[in-house]
Amino acid sequence: MKLRRDVFQAIADPTRRTIITLVAASAMTPSAIAENFDYSRQTISKHIQILTECELLKQEQKGREIYYELNLDGMKEIADFIEPFRQLWDDRFNTLEAVMKAQIHENKK
Amino acid sequence: MEQKTKIDAQEGKQELTITRVFNLPVELVYKAYTEAEYVAQWMGTTVLKLENKNHGSYAFETSHEGNVMFKANGTIHKLIPNQEIVRTFEMENMPIGVQLEFLNFEKINEDKSKLTIQIIYKSEKHRAEQLKLPFAYGLNMAHNGLQEILEPKI
Repeated sequence: MKLRRDVFQAIADPTRRTIITLVAASAMTPSAIAENFDYSRQTISKHIQILTECELLKQEQKGREIYYELNLDGMKEIADFIEPFRQLWDDRFNTLEAVMKAQIHENKK
Repeated sequence: MEQKTKIDAQEGKQELTITRVFNLPVELVYKAYTEAEYVAQWMGTTVLKLENKNHGSYAFETSHEGNVMFKANGTIHKLIPNQEIVRTFEMENMPIGVQLEFLNFEKINEDKSKLTIQIIYKSEKHRAEQLKLPFAYGLNMAHNGLQEILEPKI
C-alpha cells in the first residue's frame, strides 16, 4: 500500500497534476515540460523527479534527449485507471439523457 | 446501486465495450447520434458535417475562446435506423489513431433502451493511449473539484 500513498502525495500538488496531464497527451522532454510553467527549470525538475519516484512517469532515452511519459505499467490492473474513462462516458451519457428528455417535454408543449 | 455506464476492457485486447442503459425510448437515443442539433448539445461540440447514410462522413470541432481545442472525424459505414451504426472515429493530432465503432441500439421497453458501443483500436497500445487521456483529466477533475473541465471528447 506504500505506492498508493506515494501516488496520492504526488498528485496532491497542482503543478504535478498539470505535468501528468501534459505528458499523458504525448511524451515530452524536461525542457518542453518546463516551458509550460513560469517556475525555474530546477523546480520543474524536482516535480518530475517526485513523479518518477512514485512511478507515475517513466523515462525514455531517444537519441540525446530524455523523454518523460505517463507510466501505466506502474498500475498493475487496468481497472485502476479505467474509472476516470468510465466517469467521463457516464457524464457524457447523462448529458445525452438530459438533452433528449428536454426534447420530450418540448414536444409535449 | 448498479452503474448505468459500464466499460469492459480486458487485459491484452485491442478493443473495449461501453454499455449504457438510458431512460429514453430507443428512437431518441438514435436521434441523439444522428441529428446534428442534438450531437452538438450533448457532446458540446460544433458539428461541421454529419451525413447519415451508408458511406457518409462526419466532422466535429470544439473551440474555446477562439482556439480549436478538439477536432474529430470519421466515416459512417452503415446505418440501420434505431438499431445500428457502424462507423470509424478519429481524433485529430492524437496518438490514438482511427478506431472502428459498432453502435447497437436496443429497445428494453417504451421508455428504456440500451446502447452498446464496441470500439476496436489499431493495437492494444492505441487503446491504452485512449484510456490514459481521461486518467490525467480525471486526476485534475477529482482534485480541483471542477464540475466542468475542458476535456477532449472521445
